Amino acid sequence: MNKVKGKAIKYGDNIDTDVIIPARHLNSSDPAELALHCMEDIDRDFVSKVQPGDIMAAGKNFGCGSSREHAPIAIKASGISCVIAETFARIFYRNAINIGLPIVECPEAAREITEGDAVEVDFDSGEITNVTKGKTYKSTPFPEFMKKLMASNGLMNYIKDYRPE
Amino acid sequence: MGMTMTQKILADHCGASHLRAGDLIKCRVDLVLGNDITTPVAIREYKKAGLDEVFDREKIALVPDHFTPNKDIKSAEQCKILREFAQEKGILNYFEIGEMGIEHALLPEKGLVVAGDVVIGADSHTCTYGALGAFSTGVGSTDMAAAMATGETWFKVPGATKFILTGKLSKWVSGKDVILHIIGKIRVDGALYKSMEFTGEGVRALSMDDRFSIANMAIEAGAKNGIFEVDEKTEAYITGHSRKPYRIYKADDDAQYDEAYQIDLGQIKPTVAFPHLPENTRTIDDVGDIKIDQVIIGSCTNGRLEDLRTAAEILEGRKVSKGVRCIVIPATQKIYLDAMKEGLLEIFINAGAAVSTPTCGPCLGGHMGILARGEKAVATTNRNFVGRMGHTESEVYLASPAVAAASAVTGRIVGPEELGI
Ligand code: SF4
Repeated sequence: MNKVKGKAIKYGDNIDTDVIIPARHLNSSDPAELALHCMEDIDRDFVSKVQPGDIMAAGKNFGCGSSREHAPIAIKASGISCVIAETFARIFYRNAINIGLPIVECPEAAREITEGDAVEVDFDSGEITNVTKGKTYKSTPFPEFMKKLMASNGLMNYIKDYRPE
Repeated sequence: MGMTMTQKILADHCGASHLRAGDLIKCRVDLVLGNDITTPVAIREYKKAGLDEVFDREKIALVPDHFTPNKDIKSAEQCKILREFAQEKGILNYFEIGEMGIEHALLPEKGLVVAGDVVIGADSHTCTYGALGAFSTGVGSTDMAAAMATGETWFKVPGATKFILTGKLSKWVSGKDVILHIIGKIRVDGALYKSMEFTGEGVRALSMDDRFSIANMAIEAGAKNGIFEVDEKTEAYITGHSRKPYRIYKADDDAQYDEAYQIDLGQIKPTVAFPHLPENTRTIDDVGDIKIDQVIIGSCTNGRLEDLRTAAEILEGRKVSKGVRCIVIPATQKIYLDAMKEGLLEIFINAGAAVSTPTCGPCLGGHMGILARGEKAVATTNRNFVGRMGHTESEVYLASPAVAAASAVTGRIVGPEELGI
C-alpha cells in the first residue's frame, strides 16, 4: 500500500461528516451498505462515478462535524484509495488512520487538483504527483509511530501487538 | 517554556514531566464513552481483534441516546449490541432507557467526570466536559475499542488558543451566544487541532450550564478540546455530583498560546448561526424576517435545566404560533424530573409545545422532529449542516433557548425583546 494511483474526484471546503454519510443511514454499520450512500447529500453521482482506486481531493477542514467512523469507512468501502485535502478535521484524521484509509494533508496539491486528474501518491516519500498536470508536490510523510500503526493495518491490530498479556 | 492547562493534564497522564505541542504521546484515560451509533462499530472491532476483558469495568460509559427509544428495527438491533456487551463485560455505567440522558449532559450529572480527568468518547461533543476543567475529546469507534481494552489512547499534544473573558452577560444572553459569537469570529476551522482555553474574571460570572454549552461547541471551531479554568462554581458542582477525587490545573504563566482573544461578555448579543455552517453568525438585530416551521429546544448543547427555565420564562402565558411545531427535549431524566417539579413542563404544554423523553432525536435528523423539503427550524442544537435535521433542502438556524422560545411564539426568528420582555 505504499503507492496509489487513480482519477481525482474533487470537493470544496468544510466537507462535513453529515454529507459524507448522512445520519439517517447510521442505523447500519455495514461498510458495503454505507458505501451505497457515501456523499449522497452533496453529490448524488458519486456512488455511480467512483471507480476502485480513485482519489478524493478536497479543500480545508475535510471531515468536520461528528466523530462517526462511518464516514471514513464509507469512503474506503466506496473504493477511494486516498484522500488529499488542504486540512482535515481532527477526529476524521485519526479515524481514517485507525481504520486504514490513507489520507494526506497537502494544501498546494489539494488546491490544484481538478476533477478527473490522474494523481499518484507515494506514502513513503510523501510525494504527490498530478500526472495530468505534470506537477509534483511534497507532503510531510507520517511519523514512525503512525507508519507502524498503518503497517499493522489499523489500530486494532497494532494494539494486539503491544497489549501486555 | 510553560504548559497550557491541557498540556499539564496530558503530561500527568503519560508520565512526562514536560510536553510540547506536536508531541505524540500514549496516554492513560480515566473514562471511555460511547453511544448507540459509535459503540456497535467499536464492539465489532473489539471482537474481531479477539479481545476479552475490558481494562476497567467502572471506567467505561455506554449511553444509548441517539436513535432511542429505538426508532426502528435497525436501531433496536444496534442498541441490543450495546446492552449485551455491557452485560457480558459487567460494565457498570450502562444507562438504559428510563435512566439515561444525552451522554454529555448525563456524565457530569452522574459524577463520572471531574477536573483533571482525561476522557475520550466516540462522539465529537465529548469536549463538553472541559467545562469541569477536564481534558476531554471526541475520538472514533476504533479508538474507543482500543481504549476499552487497554485504558490508553494516542494523542498529538495540541497547541492552544486563549480566550480571556471579562464582564457579565446581559439579560437573555447565554453561553450559547458566546460560543456562536466566537465561532463566527474564528470560523469553523479557527481552532483546528488546538485547545480552546477559557480564562479571565468573566468565567466566574458564567453558570456551569453556560460553560457546558460553550465547551460543547469547541469542536464546531475544529478544536480538539475546550477547557475552563476551575473556580468555586466548578468545585461546588463537582463535589455536589461526584465522590471522585479531582485535581485543578492552571496554565503556567509562560505557557505558549498561538492566539489570544479578549472577549467582553457584556458586549455579546443574542446570536444566530445561519445555514449551513455554525460560523455563519449574525446578531439578532441583523437576522431579518425569517419564518420558521419548527423549534427544537434540547440537545447536549442546550437541554439543561437552566435552558428549560429560560424557555419557560418566555413561553409562560404565551402560545406557540399557529403552524409552528415546538418540541422541548430535556437532556436527562433528572432534568426532566426537575423541570416537572418546577412546573416547567406544564408551561410548555400549556403553550402548545410537545415535550419528549430525553433523546438526541432531531439534533442529528434521527427522529422526533424531522424537517420536510423547504422547511426551516430554529434549534438550540450545535450543527446546521446540509440535511442535519432532515431533508437536504431544509434549513437549521442555531440559537439560544431564549431566541428559540421567542421565535416559537412569533413564528419568525426573534429575540425575547421583540415580545416586550
Ligand atoms: S444531542 Fe446532537 S450533538 Fe449532542 S450527542 Fe446527541 S446528536 Fe450529538
